[in-house]
Amino acid sequence: MPSTDSHGKEESVWVPAGTIEQIPVGQGRCVLTGARQIALFRLRSGEVYALDAVCPHRGGPLAEGLVGRETVICPLHAFKFSLRDGRGLDNDFSVKSYPVELRDGNLFVGFPAGDGPHTVADGGA
Amino acid sequence: MGRTEARKRKLLVIGNGMAGARTVEEILARGGAEQFDITVFGEEPYGNYNRILLSNVLSGTQDPSEIFLNSLNWYAEKGIELRAGVRADVIARPHKAIHCDDGNWYQYDNLIIATGSRPSIPPIAALRRANGEFRPGIFVFRTLDDCHKIAEYAAKCRRAAVIGGGLLGLEAARGLLNHGLAVHVVHLMGHLMEQQLDPQAAAILRRTIEAMGIQVHLKKLTKAALGDDQVTGLAFEDGATLDCDMIVVATGITPNAEIGSRWGLVTERAIVVDDHMRTSDPEIYAVGECAQHRGRVYGLVAPLWEQTKVLADQITGTNPDATYQGSKLATKLKVMGVELVSMGVVEPDRENEDVVQFMEPRRGIYKKLVIRDGRLAGGIMLGDVSKAAYLMQAFDRDIRLPDEWLSLLFDTGAPTAEVTFAEMPDSVQICNCNGVSKGTIVRCVGGGKRSLKSVMETTRAGTGCGSCKTLVGELVEWACGGRVEDDPSVHYYVPDIPLTKTELVKAVRDRSLKSVSAVYQALADGKDEPAGKPGLASLLKIIWGDEYQDERDARFINDRVHANIQNDGTFSVVPRIYGGVTSPAELRRIADVAEKYHARMVKITGGQRIDILGIRKQDLPYVWRDLGMPSGHAYTKAFRTCKTCVGTDFCRYGLGDSVQLGIKIEKRFQGIESPHKMKLAASGCPRNCAEATVKDLGAVAVENGWQIYVGGAAGSTVRAGDLLATVKTHEEVLTLMGRFIQYYRENARYAERTYSFVQRLGIERVRAILIEDCEGEVARLDREVEAAVAAYRDPWLERSKPYEPTQFAEAGRVENHAGEFAADAVH
Ligand code: SRM
Ligand SMILES: Cc1cc2nc3c(=O)[nH]c(=O)nc-3n(C[C@H](O)[C@H](O)[C@H](O)COP(=O)(O)OP(=O)(O)OC[C@H]3O[C@@H](n4cnc5c(N)ncnc54)[C@H](O)[C@@H]3O)c2cc1C
Ligand code: SF4
Ligand code: FES
Repeated sequence: MPSTDSHGKEESVWVPAGTIEQIPVGQGRCVLTGARQIALFRLRSGEVYALDAVCPHRGGPLAEGLVGRETVICPLHAFKFSLRDGRGLDNDFSVKSYPVELRDGNLFVGFPAGDGPHTVADGGA
Repeated sequence: MGRTEARKRKLLVIGNGMAGARTVEEILARGGAEQFDITVFGEEPYGNYNRILLSNVLSGTQDPSEIFLNSLNWYAEKGIELRAGVRADVIARPHKAIHCDDGNWYQYDNLIIATGSRPSIPPIAALRRANGEFRPGIFVFRTLDDCHKIAEYAAKCRRAAVIGGGLLGLEAARGLLNHGLAVHVVHLMGHLMEQQLDPQAAAILRRTIEAMGIQVHLKKLTKAALGDDQVTGLAFEDGATLDCDMIVVATGITPNAEIGSRWGLVTERAIVVDDHMRTSDPEIYAVGECAQHRGRVYGLVAPLWEQTKVLADQITGTNPDATYQGSKLATKLKVMGVELVSMGVVEPDRENEDVVQFMEPRRGIYKKLVIRDGRLAGGIMLGDVSKAAYLMQAFDRDIRLPDEWLSLLFDTGAPTAEVTFAEMPDSVQICNCNGVSKGTIVRCVGGGKRSLKSVMETTRAGTGCGSCKTLVGELVEWACGGRVEDDPSVHYYVPDIPLTKTELVKAVRDRSLKSVSAVYQALADGKDEPAGKPGLASLLKIIWGDEYQDERDARFINDRVHANIQNDGTFSVVPRIYGGVTSPAELRRIADVAEKYHARMVKITGGQRIDILGIRKQDLPYVWRDLGMPSGHAYTKAFRTCKTCVGTDFCRYGLGDSVQLGIKIEKRFQGIESPHKMKLAASGCPRNCAEATVKDLGAVAVENGWQIYVGGAAGSTVRAGDLLATVKTHEEVLTLMGRFIQYYRENARYAERTYSFVQRLGIERVRAILIEDCEGEVARLDREVEAAVAAYRDPWLERSKPYEPTQFAEAGRVENHAGEFAADAVH
């Protein structure tokens, strides 16, 4: 199942993030994954992506943004970010991205080992 | 040491005024310090100051210390010897030396004469004492010392007369007014400032300055000053007199050219110079008001700047080809705080020249252009100089004017003001939303981005509220030097589908594409560019009506949850309050809701209703249920509100029942989606308290009927609506408004407000289609809008039947909420 190239599965800790049905096709939803707010996006193509939920510009809720292709548009000031790697597409900001796995309709987000939400006290929402 | 340096030439400058000092600067800028030892002689005991600003010093709005251009230190730093307070009186040309009133002789290789002018004094009796000095109470206005003397004396006076109604006289009058004196301006001619203005403009200016408290006396020839020791008044040729206890004479200037004529330089009205600014003696140059070039002597600074450049090019040998060709006089002045531009001829010769003229005396505005063979021969702009930059350039460079002249005077999408961009400092903020400056945009173009779109994408300029987009476009064009790359995608309806609106509509119809995803599948290989989704959704909905397949991912968040997202991720709730009329019961429910759901604020909006701000997304369904009021659609591209005034039910002026009409309008058109939002209003009489003429659609009651206005605006753009028609009844108002709404829905571009739509089409065309039915579309439009009205459903009803289970999911808690959104069932 899709996971971003940049994150090796070996070092990841996989944390449950609800079911795929929670996310309407073509939209995003914000999910509390461990202690973190993660924005999950379900594209019409079937792919699923995960980014940190908060826009680095002025804190906009990325999960509420319009999505398509490999882009999410922040609902507050329309900055665009790549769903693949969180890079700002028309700006110099970037957000963290995470690999996602879909197993039997259940979603799992991969956090770098050692940086897992279970161990990160300050990463909480 | 051992090396012999080439001896530097000795350059003397007589006159340390605006032209003299600037010439020195220009010479230094060309490396002149290597070539010359420079000594400057100035009769005034100061460094160089900006004479133009003396008016402000006199009126007390500027401190004398603020007007210095070159301080004494400046001369020292640049290694220039300044002899301040020293007057030159002899030029001994055979010996190449000048003599000064400090008793010394000074040797020169080159000499520059920049002695300027002095006030000219008309033959008025009893101005001077026997020794030639002015009597106490009589002044001229040329130097900093003059300013000090006038101000000091004014403190003891109550009434002042200024002789001369030209630029200088009026500036003196303003200064005196600020000292609390009653001021009279006495002018010989039939109108003020006859050098710069025609009679109409002068009359408007007179009105403006009389409103400030200055009395103007025209066609008055002053014969004598009255009084013995003290000045007590003026006597005129016609026998009349005027009481006053001080007099400022401002009747013109005389060039200080005697120093040339007396010592053998060819001198007429002033010292004659050639196109290199040389006098008849090739070692001697003259510049400024003391110089006469091709028969003309200039009395304003702009020509002097051009002269100083040529002089410096020549004397330093930097550019031996530099010539001064004379200046076309286009001047921008501030007369008593009123902005004025005057250029070229101001009175046409009616046979060969056309005149475009506009006058608004009450607001002090006058504009006039004299056009000859399609080029500007001259003009006046008084009170509003917003279009001056382009015109001054067109005048100066003799540019051919566009055929349409109206836009030269007014902003109707006028020709681009090249000069305004050239003159604009880089730091000027062009896009106020994203803080993008002129410099940033110009650099972006320099970096290779040559289309509006790519510049907008790179800098974000124009991507906020959008009101600066035209300006950004013009700036990009200017920065590209006109070589803008045509970016075909600007004509596309949505970014990634290479079709215009018309082509797209055809493709959608031909292939029966009824959802946004189907369009992307068929026309863009499934690449669904998110920025284009809402626009496509809007179009498909209008094309297919009931058959449109709604996909929520094509909607902006506001339209998914029927509320407006706020900066902190919460939402605002604006319930519909028909025609702005509410009830105590409704107010109570609103109050209860605000408390129960911890609203951050409850606010009366600019649209005559109430906004409950700071509601969490997951609470929205419950808020709507508790309110029991329909959505006010304060978040979407649709019919918004209909503002009303109290009208006939209460108001003593009411001519029509605006409240009932407003309620009917709002009930009928609520929620109808459109290319952009529509705000309406109904006013009970032409006093127009509901501001109906600046709404997308507005109705104003008149005796026996209603006027209907369309295309008004008072947001980022202000535009007075155009009168579409005058009708008799409420029903006719509703019919016409509906017809317009449907026509707008079908024909406007996405996100185009009615103010640009109507402007683009022109009201005549709108009338022809909607009233005269020139296209035979009226019956269909009426039917279509009726169908849209019938299809209205309050989106807040989704509170009990969410569209998808997690429609109102709390951020971060998705998993706990699935299936819990039947609000009526839960709470
Ligand atoms: C609530 C209100 C201000 C208030 O406190 O009074 C308001 C609030 C907003 N206005 Fe407005 N406008 C409000 C009356 C107006 C008015 C006055 C009026 O309606 O009588 C205008 C001028 C008339 C007009 O519409 O042009 C107005 C011209 C704008 C514009 C400029 C539109 C234009 O093309 O000129 C925008 C931006 C846009 O639409 O792109 C805008 C956009 C906005 C948005 C929706 C910005 C946004 O997208 O978030 C604001 C939402 C703030 C929030 O956090 O909820 N608002 N806005 C007013 C709601 C009126 C209502 O009851 O529906
Ligand atoms: C109150 C006022 C307002 C004005 N407003 C405007 C305006 O809004 N716009 C505009 O374009 N123009 C305006 N002008 C005109 C503008 O100031 C002049 O065109 C400009 O100053 C001329 O420059 P200049 O160097 O030729 O003469 P000046 O600036 O007069 O300089 C000549 C200098 O030479 C000195 N001098 C003369 N003879 C000798 C000598 N023999 N030896 C040594 N030194 C000598 C004088 O003392 C003087 O300092 C205004 C003028 C005044 C007085
Ligand atoms: S409410 Fe309107 S004017 Fe006020 S900040 Fe928001 S958009 Fe701007
Ligand atoms: S907060 Fe996301 S673009 Fe501004």
